Amino acid sequence: MENFDYVAPRSLAEAYATLGNGRSSLMLAGGTDVIVQLREGRKRCDQLIDLKHIPDLMTFQVNSDGSLEIGAAAPLATLYENAEIARRFPAIVDAATIIGGTQIQSRASLGGNLCNASPAADSSPALMALGARLVIGSSSGTREIAVEDFFVGPGRSALQPGELLVKIVVPALRENAGAFYHRFIPRNEMDIAVASAGVLLELDGSGQITRARVALGAVGPTPIMVPAAAQAVTGKAANADTFALAGAAAAEAATPITDMRGSIAQRKHLASVLTVRAFEGALARIKGDS
Amino acid sequence: MTTVDRPSYKVIGTRPIRPDGVEKVTGQAQYGADIRPPGLVYGRIVRSPHAHARILSIDTSEAEAMPGVLAVVTSRDLPTAADKVEELGETAVNLRELSENILAHDKALYHGHAVAAVAATSSQIAAEAVTRVKVTYEVLPPVLDVRDAMRPDAPLLNENRHTKAMDGSLSEKPSNIASVVQFKGGDVEAAFAAADHVLEREYSTSMVHQGYIEPHNSTANWNSDGTLTIWTSTQGSFVVRAQVAQVLKLPVSRVRVIPMEIGGGFGGKIPIYLDPVAALLSKKSGRPVQITMNRTEVFQASGPTSGTHIKVKAGIKDGKLTAVQATLSYEAGAYPGSPVGAGCMCMISPYNVENFDLTGYDVVVNKPKTSAYRAPGAPAASFAIESLLDELVKRTGSDPLEFRLSNSSRENTTMVTGVPFPRIGAEETVRAALDSPHYKSPMEGPNRGRGVASGFWFNAGLQSSVAVSVNPDGTVNLIQGSIDIGGTRASLSMQLAETLGIGYDDIRATVVDTDSVGHNDVTGGSRTTFASGLAVHEAGLDIQRQMVQRASALLNVPEDNLEYVGAEVRSKSDPSKRISFTEIASKSGQTGGPIVGKASLSARGVGAAFGTHIADVEVDPGTGKVTVLRYTAVQDVGTAIHPAYVEGQIHGGVAQGVGWAINEEYYYDEQGHLLNSSFLDYRMPTTLDLPMIETVLVEVPNPGHPYGVRGVGEVPIVPPLAAIANAVADATGHRFTVLPLSPRRIVEELYGL
Ligand SMILES: Cc1cc2nc3c(=O)[nH]c(=O)nc-3n(C[C@H](O)[C@H](O)[C@H](O)COP(=O)(O)OP(=O)(O)OC[C@H]3O[C@@H](n4cnc5c(N)ncnc54)[C@H](O)[C@@H]3O)c2cc1C
Repeated sequence: MENFDYVAPRSLAEAYATLGNGRSSLMLAGGTDVIVQLREGRKRCDQLIDLKHIPDLMTFQVNSDGSLEIGAAAPLATLYENAEIARRFPAIVDAATIIGGTQIQSRASLGGNLCNASPAADSSPALMALGARLVIGSSSGTREIAVEDFFVGPGRSALQPGELLVKIVVPALRENAGAFYHRFIPRNEMDIAVASAGVLLELDGSGQITRARVALGAVGPTPIMVPAAAQAVTGKAANADTFALAGAAAAEAATPITDMRGSIAQRKHLASVLTVRAFEGALARIKGDS
Repeated sequence: MTTVDRPSYKVIGTRPIRPDGVEKVTGQAQYGADIRPPGLVYGRIVRSPHAHARILSIDTSEAEAMPGVLAVVTSRDLPTAADKVEELGETAVNLRELSENILAHDKALYHGHAVAAVAATSSQIAAEAVTRVKVTYEVLPPVLDVRDAMRPDAPLLNENRHTKAMDGSLSEKPSNIASVVQFKGGDVEAAFAAADHVLEREYSTSMVHQGYIEPHNSTANWNSDGTLTIWTSTQGSFVVRAQVAQVLKLPVSRVRVIPMEIGGGFGGKIPIYLDPVAALLSKKSGRPVQITMNRTEVFQASGPTSGTHIKVKAGIKDGKLTAVQATLSYEAGAYPGSPVGAGCMCMISPYNVENFDLTGYDVVVNKPKTSAYRAPGAPAASFAIESLLDELVKRTGSDPLEFRLSNSSRENTTMVTGVPFPRIGAEETVRAALDSPHYKSPMEGPNRGRGVASGFWFNAGLQSSVAVSVNPDGTVNLIQGSIDIGGTRASLSMQLAETLGIGYDDIRATVVDTDSVGHNDVTGGSRTTFASGLAVHEAGLDIQRQMVQRASALLNVPEDNLEYVGAEVRSKSDPSKRISFTEIASKSGQTGGPIVGKASLSARGVGAAFGTHIADVEVDPGTGKVTVLRYTAVQDVGTAIHPAYVEGQIHGGVAQGVGWAINEEYYYDEQGHLLNSSFLDYRMPTTLDLPMIETVLVEVPNPGHPYGVRGVGEVPIVPPLAAIANAVADATGHRFTVLPLSPRRIVEELYGL
């Protein structure tokens, strides 16, 4: 590990000024990715900018329209320990409670999980299925993009030099809607998703599917949306046959690699299995079964 | 717990607190990486990025010129070792190959093979200096799988290696097959011809690692008087001393090895890797040098156990296992020495089989040199035969445990080596498994299945030496040279307490360095509680004799009228004339000076160990994930000196066996790069992946030990591979013959992906 400076700005303005000082920067949110990467020499920087002293980045709130705004550096544990988030956005809890163990969750943030831009990151498919948007700031103002447009490649995001992820905005779920995220790991802990799926499901009064969103992780260089899977189920009854169509579309859309964590064939297979089960999970939530 | 003919003991069979417990749970215990001799500097190894490459040149000048770098060494600094085989207890090593493994000479033979080392004033500088050592390689094609390596046209790791036959003759053509062993008895062909059911299958297992928590480390100081001090984590300080002395061509007496607390070994901390390198760096730099491996180095370049390919055929007639024929091919890693011989010898030991023909091939491949791992060689062989028998016995319609019972080895059954078993508890374990609540419970639910398997391990005897001094207050110091890995300070103290009739708390056991006690072989082969226990018992008897002598003077009673009973000496004719252990101890100054008992021996009377396991699993049909629902391990433990530690050994063995069965494997790319050298991607089971492992301790005392001790530490890793595989076959209706039964393999095979 090479030497670097530690900087702890107290406001976004200070942070932007530091970002613009011409030195190479990395952010320190929970540090659960970046410290490991610095220590192992996989990343380097002149300055490490600690985000935890910027109040805007550490808070979250549910707005009057039911949407949720999460400061990029807010620790995961504070999110899933919040009863309102747990009630309204269980799919976020699905992801937040499986990223590492209690110690990791007490530090790690959604912002760090997204900005690290791992194709296997657990919060990405959940937030993509929910249709979340990201607010990105810099000294010249803010811009907003959809989560699914944020990932450019393994470890690469749409952040430009001088930019920070400020917050994540998750729209409220409609009536008769449910979302679910899960992943497959060979063990019950200490593993990175071999594949994962997040699903948003909306039904009309008769149980027909009016809208769906399907996102997959770890089956390509970035997490992906699978519009074909959503189309395959829209307008149909929410049942096993319908979900199987989405599963098939998910397997089709997946472009995984073979590595020590899994094979192409296994991951395509899992894309289908996990998509079907995510739909089942979302449906159960609508019915109030879980 | 089932107890057979057990004498009543005072201390044996109780569960006292281990003497090293408090230090360990409070973080006070000193491990190798904790020590800081004055002037300490840090060493680091330069490793080959290639699996197979000729080393054309090594330029150390840039690294040497770095500020803070104090020394750089390569194989040129090692005296060339003779081509001589050294017995190390559980494993034997060829010294030239050991030396080449420590620092590659002309060829790097696996990804991570050490080629040079640096010492610097900080670990950061050392890490940087490693990147400044310029090694030029000629990359050669690697051979990674045992079957590929056996092909006549395979790339050769060593052009001068010829296959050694059992009679010592060498093959004409060079080969990666280092040696062949064969065990034959009866007439297999005739038995197959006469059998009712015959089945042949092929099985494979992957190279796996012991996964001890503490990485290898060594701290060495080349003292100014020419002696060498080494602080290290090892299973055998005397074996480290012997190897270091040989590799560095030093007299043994000039090397002092101080064994630190050890964070696991399982056979992997018998060979040396870092000690001579730290010593050479210390000699060059004039400073004590510490080298610690990181986890990646441990996986890449310590001693995992063999990947294997096993072809086996068995025949059953009238419910009897009449014949077994097998070819076992084991990966030795970069240098010969796989445990294939032990694999052959263990494979059918649970059974009384008249006709057998077992051939074993020891094969070099471009992977790390394998080392011992808990019952070395046995688990893979057991996986093959126990899977085959499961399938075969199903065809006969009998219960798999009833089949094992009626075919079980017993006293006087001969092993494939021709040696008859003494009293063993093989069938007792099967019977206890049949009687267990687990086996009697129904197996219900979809995607669930149950499997059973039996296993065997020899256990070892070897050399032990202990000294026991009696203090004036009647307490006792037990000086042991066997490394304590699994609680032997406790298990030896308990045997000494039993022998002397004193309390466990009156004994303080200490593991000392190589200058302070006679030679002790490694803590391995499940031998320490047995063999060092024998020595402790003899040392106790020695003290009893001295106590009687001293009492004779103190009581004024002739020695032949005195007996040692409990913790006192009394007159046989007049029991009112008696004197306690403590009193004799307090008066030892007046009766001839300190009382010190000692014993040194080459242990005989080893008792073999057998186990029978039952596993229930559920297989997720979508993801292929195997969940172990329930697990029972039945084992003949001889006498459980400290039942909690015996259960701990069984829990550990099962946990490792389950890992081996389900997820663990060395994962290489085609160029031979190890891709999963971390605990994240080398998937050992965590506590969340295992059910409570139920243990049933069957006690059939070993007649070769005064307290009936059998080694217990190794056999529990033998049956799990097949028990799990048989359960998975039961759950899925599909027979898997390749380990691990990872989710990937299961879905790919089940769905033909
Ligand atoms: C033991 C362990 C287990 C883990 N398990 C999981 C798991 O199961 N699933 C999973 O997905 N991950 C896992 N991780 C990875 C990691 O914990 C998560 O990705 C976590 O969410 C990262 O958040 P952080 O706040 O710690 O990020 P940090 O490490 O602080 O930052 C990560 C990266 O994002 C950048 N960054 C952070 N915040 C911002 C911002 N606001 N603007 C711009 N850039 C920013 C940093 O520069 C850095 O490059 C695990 C890690 C460990 C050590």
